[in-house]
Amino acid sequence: MKGWLFQHIKVMQFTLRRLRTTPVASLLNIVVIGIALSLPTGGYILLQNVQQLSRQLVGTPQISVFLSMNASQDEIAAIGKQLQQHPVVARIEFVPREQALQQLQKSTGLSDVVGGLSQNPLPHAYIVYPKTSDAREQEKLRDELRTWPRLEHVQLDSEWARKLDALLKFGRLAVLILAALLSFALIAITFNTIRLQILTQRDEIEVAKLIGASNGFIRRPFLYFGLVQGLLGGAAAWLIIAISLALLNISLADMAQLYASNFSLHHLSIGDSLTLLVFSAYLGWLGALLSVAQHLWQIEPR
Amino acid sequence: MIRFNQVYKRYPGGYAALKNLSFDIAEGEMAFLTGHSGAGKSTLLKLIAAIERPSSGSVLVNGQNIGALKLGAVPYLRRNLGLIFQDHKLLFDRNLFDNVMLPLQIVGFDHRESARRVRAALDKVGLLKREKANPISLSGGEQQRLCIARAIVNRPTILLADEPTGNLDAESANDIMDIFKSFHQVGVTLLISTHDESVLRQYQSRTLTLKQGELQS
Repeated sequence: MKGWLFQHIKVMQFTLRRLRTTPVASLLNIVVIGIALSLPTGGYILLQNVQQLSRQLVGTPQISVFLSMNASQDEIAAIGKQLQQHPVVARIEFVPREQALQQLQKSTGLSDVVGGLSQNPLPHAYIVYPKTSDAREQEKLRDELRTWPRLEHVQLDSEWARKLDALLKFGRLAVLILAALLSFALIAITFNTIRLQILTQRDEIEVAKLIGASNGFIRRPFLYFGLVQGLLGGAAAWLIIAISLALLNISLADMAQLYASNFSLHHLSIGDSLTLLVFSAYLGWLGALLSVAQHLWQIEPR
Repeated sequence: MIRFNQVYKRYPGGYAALKNLSFDIAEGEMAFLTGHSGAGKSTLLKLIAAIERPSSGSVLVNGQNIGALKLGAVPYLRRNLGLIFQDHKLLFDRNLFDNVMLPLQIVGFDHRESARRVRAALDKVGLLKREKANPISLSGGEQQRLCIARAIVNRPTILLADEPTGNLDAESANDIMDIFKSFHQVGVTLLISTHDESVLRQYQSRTLTLKQGELQS
């Protein structure tokens, strides 16, 4: 067991030394892998951030119920009571048309336009907070309310979020395809690097085979190399993304001030970061394995 | 220890390198293999080390049939053989010590014990003082001795040497042969191919003479 461990440590040291002996080539390889991985990972992070933002904005979804202009006070009160008693409704809020107009005047800077109106064009409205956070339940409630009399318009405010979700789903698929393609590129890069290494180490491999090295022994340093190169590539991708996010956040901070929000892009979670590293290391290992399987058997001592 | 039974070796294209070879080399025997170049000496040695397989007949080494050996079993056969090459096959990207270390690394030998063994092997061939040197700085005779150190470090029971004195002057050749003799004395089985008449005359060992792939008696 100790001997086995020692052997692996020895191979690991050997691998790191080999990376160091060709610093430029190694660095270029790692950077290329890093860039290839950072594209889909960056896309993933953007989607993640957009999704988080949309959740923040939606908060608890609400249904705006606009009443008909010709509804009488009694009818309005009756509708309020009915809404309050509905099993899916948590609470309601009444917005009189005068208040709505004032709000419009204050919030949009259209006071001139609004002030110029001869009469208030806005209806009375109820804001309904559903008990359920399930989008389908909310839609069911909306559709039910639409059948009620004396209601002009019923609008579920989270509808745009649903549309965004669909868009995000599309985005995720695009990122997935990109990830698959670039993973393949990573495997190809490692495959080629290892192929070159095998060719330059022909003599050593041949001698090792002559003095009784098993295929496992000969393969091991190449597999380690692929693994380490993939791992470092993954780390490079992580760094590239970290730096890009830091730069983006600086300019976002300016923008966010204008919009009076404190939105900033979040980096990968620890779990996602680990997944990235493990995945890139695995791809490197796989590329090395394929290359070794393809090229090593061609070198037989004669 | 080594038994050839009606062995033929033909290469693609029909050329027969070895024809109907049958002989025995007993445990602890030192035998020479001689013949002109192209007579099949190297091919014969390659058959013993499973670098080549016989076309027909059987080659038994340590009781193992080379012709039927699985690919995965070849490394384990070779670990019991010490192979010494005319062109040394040394690795110039590492020092003498690490060159000799390689066979023990392959077996996964304990580190301290293997360092001891490497030094013993280097001492045996008179290169201990230069363990840190690169083999490229060695003379032809020294390189050959280093090759021998590598071949014996895992204490094989059989040593195969292909023209070990081929490119050496008489003095270096004598050094090499003395080393071989000392292994013979401790019971190692040796098969040495050579076309050096002086070496053959010096030793009264059995000589297998090959002529165009056939054994002369």
